[in-house]
Amino acid sequence: MNGSVFNVTMFLAIFPELWIFALATLVLILELALPKAQHRSLGWVTAIGLLLGIGVGLVVAVPSPQAQLVWGDLIRFDRLGFVFSLLFMFGASMTALFSSNLEKLGQRGDFYVLMLVSTLGMCLMASASDIIMLYLAIETTSIPLYILAGFYKDDEKSTEAGFKYLLFGAMTSAVMLFGFSYLYGLAGTTNLYELANQVLRNQLSPFLLYGVLGLILVGFAFKISAFPFHFWAPDVYTGAPTPIAGFLSTASKAAGFAVLVRVLWVGFPEVQPYWVYILSGVSIATMTLGNLLALAQRDMKRLLAYSSIAHAGYALIGFVAVSELGITSVIFYLVVYLLTNLAAFGTVAVFEKTSGSSEIASFAGLSRRSPWLAIMMLVAFLSLAGMPPFGGFVTKFAVFAAAVDRGLIGLAVVGVLNSIVGLYYYLTVLKVIYLYRSEEEHVAVPVPQASLLALAVLCIGVIAMGIFIAPGFNIALLGARALW
Amino acid sequence: MIPLSWYLIFAAALFSIGLFGVLSRKNAVAILMGVELMLNAVNVNLLAFWRYLAPENMAGQVFAVIVFAVAASEVAVGLALVISVYRRRQSVQADEINLLKY
Repeated sequence: MNGSVFNVTMFLAIFPELWIFALATLVLILELALPKAQHRSLGWVTAIGLLLGIGVGLVVAVPSPQAQLVWGDLIRFDRLGFVFSLLFMFGASMTALFSSNLEKLGQRGDFYVLMLVSTLGMCLMASASDIIMLYLAIETTSIPLYILAGFYKDDEKSTEAGFKYLLFGAMTSAVMLFGFSYLYGLAGTTNLYELANQVLRNQLSPFLLYGVLGLILVGFAFKISAFPFHFWAPDVYTGAPTPIAGFLSTASKAAGFAVLVRVLWVGFPEVQPYWVYILSGVSIATMTLGNLLALAQRDMKRLLAYSSIAHAGYALIGFVAVSELGITSVIFYLVVYLLTNLAAFGTVAVFEKTSGSSEIASFAGLSRRSPWLAIMMLVAFLSLAGMPPFGGFVTKFAVFAAAVDRGLIGLAVVGVLNSIVGLYYYLTVLKVIYLYRSEEEHVAVPVPQASLLALAVLCIGVIAMGIFIAPGFNIALLGARALW
Repeated sequence: MIPLSWYLIFAAALFSIGLFGVLSRKNAVAILMGVELMLNAVNVNLLAFWRYLAPENMAGQVFAVIVFAVAASEVAVGLALVISVYRRRQSVQADEINLLKY
């Protein structure tokens, strides 16, 4: 930097965060200013504000291909962080639309503010290049999410979900932080991009790095709900308000992957064989466990929770195929997975509002009660199962292709076998929706306007991603290239 | 001067005690106290490394300040959630809070 302390690039680098912060302030003010009857519109304000932010960001704040370190090297202004920031904003805006017509959720400004603050933390996670910033960003994301999971104060399940999420989250983040403290001690720097050089210069024993990396991976595995730190996910997703469960399983998980990609690639290149070895094992265990346990579920949200654990395993396959194609496929996977899983949780939220239950059996006859909702569930579930022509097929293909490209045939085979197990339980749900009859068939399931809009956008997105592959893949490629 | 390794051994012991507390205690407040011990071990580590290895660079101190600010907010949220659970069930025993399973 020459002369002045601040320059325009610094503010462009944190444009998404600034925008979200301003929006959160606006929502707080509007909650005070508007009469209670109009609080419903806060959801629209949040959603439209975020979409507007994405639009403005695309016009003014696109990073150049040459990445820059700004704010005293705390933030890296690059396309990887930018792609993820826009993804989180989009996910948050869809979640706001799903929440806006839920009685105890959508009419409260503090709900939207907490969600926005959490999104702000995710954006920082994706662009942090310093472990101090990284820790602060992870906690900025997590702490509002603990509150959101326990947002229904008079509901036993919701408070329990928040409670469990907090206890596991606090413990794993403390373990991760202990790893960070050793990392600082070993390298003498907190900057991720200097870390690798320092480690080389100090000639550290790889065993020290193995230990430190093990501690750090505990925290990351919790965020992406990978084996053996996956067990909180089913409980929390079941108890938390449904749109928040969707947000947790998509945006929060994608943020975890963004951090994982950056920290391991940039900070630990010398011990790459070690973490590839560990993460391959984690990937196999995660997808197998997620899929097998999903087979036995009777509750829709629990089923989706186990399915989301399995999907973390698939995405890890692309990651351990350490190559440009691998990272690209992970980003692409996360984008499509965000669209698909938000749609799945969105349909469950709409149905749950009418029926009061998320048991899979209660979905019987949905195709007659609300054909459009059933179609949207069909799109979401088939895409989750990885069927063409939906986005889920293309991304699974990309991930497996990346693995095969690097000679990881065994991993790809396990992945394909797991997809077949997955197909079974996704189709079981669709069977209940389309073939089973129920006594309440004449009771229609009304789909509120906001949810309908969000679901339509998400489903069209899922189909478009499956048919027009190139744009999505190229965006992911831009993000992946920015890593170096 | 006290050698660096003494601080590191102390921090590792503190961390282990905290982790043991988190894993073995049933009472939610005791679990949160265990987490606090773990975070304090991190701070001891950070400050020892800062003082012995890079005293001219403030990063370690700043990191420690941020850690205890975050720890305070985490506990504030944690106790709030514990209270909301207690109001529903009249209990803060982690093993009795088991509505969600399977």
